Amino acid sequence: MSPNLAAFLYLISGVLFILALRGLSSPETSRQGNLFGILGMIIAIIVTFLIVESFSKGFIYVLIFLSIGGIIGSIIAYKISMTAMPQLVAGFHSLVGLAAVLVATSAFLAPNVFNLGTVGNIKTASLIEMSLGGSIGAITFSGSVIAFLKLQGIMSGSPIVFRGQHMLNGLIGISIVVSIIYLCISQIPQLFWILILISFLVGFLLIIPIGGADMPVVISMLNSYSGWAAAGIGFTLENTALIITGALVGSSGAILSYIMCKGMNRSFFNVILGGFGATDDTAKNIEKRPVKSGNAEDAAFLMKNASSVIIVPGYGMAVAQAQHVLREMVDSLKKNGIKVSYAIHPVAGRMPGHMNVLLAEANVPYDEVFELENINNDFANTDVAFVIGANDVTNPVAKTDPQSPIYGMPILDVEKCKSVLFVKRSLSPGYAGIDNELFYRDNTLMLFADAKKMTENIIKNLD
Amino acid sequence: MEIDPFIFRLSIFVLSIFIGYFVVWSVTPSLHTPLMSVTNAISSVIIVGAIVASLAGGNNSNFEISNIFGFFAIFLAAINIFGGFLVTQRMLQMYKKKKKK
Repeated sequence: MSPNLAAFLYLISGVLFILALRGLSSPETSRQGNLFGILGMIIAIIVTFLIVESFSKGFIYVLIFLSIGGIIGSIIAYKISMTAMPQLVAGFHSLVGLAAVLVATSAFLAPNVFNLGTVGNIKTASLIEMSLGGSIGAITFSGSVIAFLKLQGIMSGSPIVFRGQHMLNGLIGISIVVSIIYLCISQIPQLFWILILISFLVGFLLIIPIGGADMPVVISMLNSYSGWAAAGIGFTLENTALIITGALVGSSGAILSYIMCKGMNRSFFNVILGGFGATDDTAKNIEKRPVKSGNAEDAAFLMKNASSVIIVPGYGMAVAQAQHVLREMVDSLKKNGIKVSYAIHPVAGRMPGHMNVLLAEANVPYDEVFELENINNDFANTDVAFVIGANDVTNPVAKTDPQSPIYGMPILDVEKCKSVLFVKRSLSPGYAGIDNELFYRDNTLMLFADAKKMTENIIKNLD
Repeated sequence: MEIDPFIFRLSIFVLSIFIGYFVVWSVTPSLHTPLMSVTNAISSVIIVGAIVASLAGGNNSNFEISNIFGFFAIFLAAINIFGGFLVTQRMLQMYKKKKKK
C-alpha cells in the first residue's frame, strides 16, 4: 500500500474517532457514535497490516496475541458490574500507558524499523517524541495502577502523605526533563531505561497522596495522560490516526478534570498536591447536637403524603448497590401519583457520570435524571428530598462559612425542601471531614441504616 | 525552502486538540462515564505502533527483542480495544428514555 493512501485512510479513521465522541452529545446518537469508533479502529488496524506487508510467521503471533487480548477484554467487558466502572477505567488506562511504554521502547531498540535512524544515532526529534511518549505512558501506567488499587479497595483510599513529598516529586520531575535532554545529546541507552524507571516512580508518587473522593479528578487526569502518551508515540511513528486520537483523548481528559475540579471548587493543583483528609483536623471537634432520627415507616409516610420528591444519590448508593431497590421505591411512589426526579451532583461517585450509569443500569429513564444546574431551583418547590449515600454535596456550609474547606463548592440546595430524608449509616462526617449542618435541621429526618436495607423497608411500608 | 513534515503533523495535532475541546464540551454530563471508556478504547489505536514493532524486521529466523515488546503491546492494546468498546456499548444500551404512556 502506498504511504499516501495509508496516510489518507489513517485520516479517515481519525475522523471516525471524532464522530465517535460527537455521538455522545445525546444518548440517542451515542450508540451509532460507538460504532463509528469501532469502524475507525478496524480501518486503522487493517491499514497497518497492509503497510507492513510482512505476512511471515510473526503475523500468526500477532493474530494470536490480538485474539487472546480480545477474548480477555470481551470477557471483562461483559462480566464487570457497573459499580466497578471507575476501577475498570483506571485499569484500562494503565494498559494504554504500558502499551505506550512498550512501543516507545521497541522504537528505541530498533529505530531502523520505524525509519528513525540507527541504534545510537536516532534522529533528535524522534528521540524527544519517543522519550515523552514513553515517559508519559509510564506515569499513566503506575498512576493508574495505584488508582485501580485504591478504587478496588485493595489499597486504603486515604491519602498517603509524608514530609518532603512535593520536593521529591519536583526533583524527580526535573530529573525526567534533564535525562531527556541528556539522552538526546549523548544517546546513551541506559538513560532511556532510567527515564522510564523514574517515570514509573513519579506516577506512583503522584497518586498515593490523593484520597478516595478526589478520584474523579485523578481518573480524568490519567485519561488525559494516556492521550498525550499516544500522541507522543503518534509523532514518533508519524501516524496521523494516533496523533488525532491522542489530541482528542488528551483534551477530553483535561476538560473532564476541569469540570470535576469546578464541581468541588478546588484548583487542579490543590487536588493533585494532596487530599482534604490529610490536612484537616476539624472532624475531631464535632459537637454533639440532637438530631431527629426516624425509621422506614416515618419515611414512607412522609413521601406518601408528598406531591413531589427529589432523589439525591451519592457514592454510598453505589457501595450499597442500592440503585435497583431505589428504582423500585420510585416506581411505587409514582404509582401513588407522586412526581419523582433525580438530582446528580457533578462529583457524585468515583468518576464523572458514575451515578448516571448506575441509574441507567437500574432502568431509570435518563430524562428523569437532572444535573445540578437544571434542578437546583426545583428544590424550593419540592416536598421531600431523599438523600441516599450523598453528604458533602448537600452541605449548606459551602455557602455560609468561608472557613470551611468546601466553601464555594456548588451544592444541591436540598435544604430548601420542605423535608429532607437522609439515609446514612451514622452521623460521621463525609469525605471532606466536616459536619453536615443539614443533619441538625428541624425539617431533617435521619434514617440510620444501610442504604439498600432502608430502601427495601420503605418499599414495604409504601404498599 | 521545503516545510518539514513535522510542522504538518504538529498542525494536525494542534487543530485536533481544538476539535477535541469543542466536541467534548458538547458531550452531555450524563454520558461522561461512557466518554471515558470510549476515549480509552480509541487511544488503544496505539496498537498500530505495536503491530509495526512486532512485524517489521522479523524476517530472520528469530524474533528481536523489539518484536517481543510489540507482541506484548498488541496483547495489552487488544484487551483495551475489545474491552473498551464493548463495555461502552453495554453502558449505552442501558440509557433509555421514559416510556410513553
